[in-house]
Amino acid sequence: MKTLADLKPGEEATVVELTSTGLTRERLQDLGIVPGTRVRASLISPLGDPVAYEVRGALIALRRPDAATILIENGHENGKND
Amino acid sequence: MAKTIEQKVKPGRAKYEVPESELVVALAGNPNTGKSTVFNALTGLRQHTGNWPGKTVTRAEGSFSFQGEKYHLIDLPGTYSLLARTTDEEIARDFLVEGEPDVVVVVVDATSLERNLNLVLQVLRLTRRVVVCLNLMDEAERNGIEVDAKALEEELGVPVVPTVAVRRKGLERLVAAIAKVAHQPGLDEASRREEVREFFAADPAEKDRIVRATFAEAERIAARCVRTSGSARRLDRILDRILTSKAVGFPVMLLLLAAIFWLTIAGANVPSSLLADGLFWVEEKLLIGMNAIGAPAWLTGFLIEGVYRGLAWVVSVMLPPMAIFFPAFTLLEDLGYLPRVAFSLDRVFRKVGANGKMALTMAMGFGCNAAGVISTRIIDSPRERLIAIITNNFMPCNGRWPTLILLATVFIAAAFPPSVGALVGAGTLVGVVLLGFFVTLLVSFGLTKTALKGAASAFVLELPPYRKPQLLRILYTSLLDRTLFVLWRAVVIAAPAGGLAWILANVSVGDATLLQAIVQFLDPLGRLIGLDGVILLAYIVAIPANEVVVPTMLMAYMNYNKLIEIESTQQLQQLLVVDHGWTVLTAVCLMLFSLLHNPCSTTLWTIFKETGSKKWTLVSALLPLGIAFLVCFLVAQTARLLGWGG
Ligand SMILES: Nc1nc2c(ncn2[C@@H]2O[C@H](COP(=O)(O)OP(=O)(O)O)[C@@H](O)[C@H]2O)c(=O)[nH]1
Ligand SMILES: [Mg+2]
Repeated sequence: MKTLADLKPGEEATVVELTSTGLTRERLQDLGIVPGTRVRASLISPLGDPVAYEVRGALIALRRPDAATILIENGHENGKND
Repeated sequence: MAKTIEQKVKPGRAKYEVPESELVVALAGNPNTGKSTVFNALTGLRQHTGNWPGKTVTRAEGSFSFQGEKYHLIDLPGTYSLLARTTDEEIARDFLVEGEPDVVVVVVDATSLERNLNLVLQVLRLTRRVVVCLNLMDEAERNGIEVDAKALEEELGVPVVPTVAVRRKGLERLVAAIAKVAHQPGLDEASRREEVREFFAADPAEKDRIVRATFAEAERIAARCVRTSGSARRLDRILDRILTSKAVGFPVMLLLLAAIFWLTIAGANVPSSLLADGLFWVEEKLLIGMNAIGAPAWLTGFLIEGVYRGLAWVVSVMLPPMAIFFPAFTLLEDLGYLPRVAFSLDRVFRKVGANGKMALTMAMGFGCNAAGVISTRIIDSPRERLIAIITNNFMPCNGRWPTLILLATVFIAAAFPPSVGALVGAGTLVGVVLLGFFVTLLVSFGLTKTALKGAASAFVLELPPYRKPQLLRILYTSLLDRTLFVLWRAVVIAAPAGGLAWILANVSVGDATLLQAIVQFLDPLGRLIGLDGVILLAYIVAIPANEVVVPTMLMAYMNYNKLIEIESTQQLQQLLVVDHGWTVLTAVCLMLFSLLHNPCSTTLWTIFKETGSKKWTLVSALLPLGIAFLVCFLVAQTARLLGWGG
């Protein structure tokens, strides 16, 4: 299954499941990253990692290994929209 | 004293020492929503504000009066939720549950209401004594976001007050709403502590269900109360794409830093010499006065040549650069640029087993390392936090900037024509910061591979929207808080240090003065690392505060052979180079020593309080000191081998 780490800048998807546990999971949930949330990859760090995602009107940076614990579905090209 | 306070407080409040006669108001909210701005506006105090999540990490308290009653206001650290298990959340949760506040004001960001509602809904499960402060309404308007406060009030069942805290808009209504809720009867529930306990006792699946339900509710409410038109934050995204791009990101970072240093050096020159002229004019008058009243020579010497000259030096050398450097840096902080730095550099920090948020705590260290150490609470992993604490020292603080700026100006910049001098000086300082950065990485790597083994933990960082800096407020707070604070600390310590230097220089043991004896004793060690006995003595005197290194050093030099007053950079060069044999190597080694050596005693005390460990406090003191000696030794010896500098 695809994860948030597979999302290219400008692409959008819906969160299906969080596979992380403990503090990481709590942190993600705090920021409103729960199943059903729409997420959009927005910005890549100059060194390629982390990536910042638009979530519920905020911009949240996640490292690739953390983003890879978030399963997503129907990510589609949406580069032109804001 | 503590007893009387305890007797006056409600049982639940005893822990927090809140007097019963005052109504207690807690300010809660996500990071960066304007809590501290509201706090400052209501109490007239100056809690640190800035556009990055996590700068308020301790509980600040103040009070205000309304209609004859006193309100005790508490600025809690920012939290996204009350349900996670980190220091910040704990402080906030503990206070909300056990501090028994009369009113909880939840400050929310009107531009991202949905996310903010999560915390509001959580707080509402603990207590109904809530006022929602719908802040940043100007930002919302600018971004085409409309929030229906009336509808929100209906949904939540508690007062909702739209505000623009920076312009004090809506604050009277906020205070009125607080007063109303504080006096509303029958709002106490006994069940609230249970709610929290139940959550932590629940199994993971049940927790997930609770979190999802809360956000579903937040979505529903936001859908009803928020209308967005146009393209929210388009400008932010464009700016972000430029500032964090591969080609421009890092050069811009360095250029901004260089620009601040250039402004500091170029701008401080004239006011510095004017101040010096003025202060030494006063010294002459004081001398005449002392002679007129027939004061004994030793008293005149102690007070004027010792204490007063020390103070005059600190003020004229430190005030102008600080008055430029701090506002300029605060400007960057207010803009929201710092989290972008953390975002851009995280990869590098991760490579050495540390955390990108260290970029933020390091920036805090620029102001004061003790504050930098406290700010490491934003780092969740204890291992990474300890690394951030130990390495914070490698970012030069308030107290060390004057030394660095002075050396960069007098020794490096002065060697070039004036037209490029300030640029060269600024470049030198950027180099110093870069070096501090590399040492930070090296030490972090070393710790990760040895005493603090472990893998990188999760990194979750919010990049706040860019905000228009509040110029006047920046000038006001950075001048008052930082500049005057530093100056005050320097003055308080420089006065006795000046006196001490005078005494040392004027009390003799055998055929040498005490000063000469100590300096002679320290001199061989000093020479070994490219410095001299006077400089080492200055660093010993400066253990409580780095601010006094330069004044102590100069005082010792001046008293050493009774020099007349010094008025300008040229004369300073004369004193150091001609009279005391300084070379560029001395200046370079002193800059290195200043950057690398042990933190001041205040910072060490803070480290002890934060880590609760004597061992790590000791490491934090000795590791930098060892590195400073080693690096200076290697540089001095290499330079001498190559025949550069004495
Ligand atoms: N435009 C605007 N900026 C605000 C407002 N309130 C606070 N700020 C700015 O938002 C940033 C964060 O404020 P601060 O009080 O430090 O937030 P805290 O983290 O909640 O304590 C600062 O740069 C403030 O100047 C507001 O109503 N409008
Ligand atoms: Mg704050």
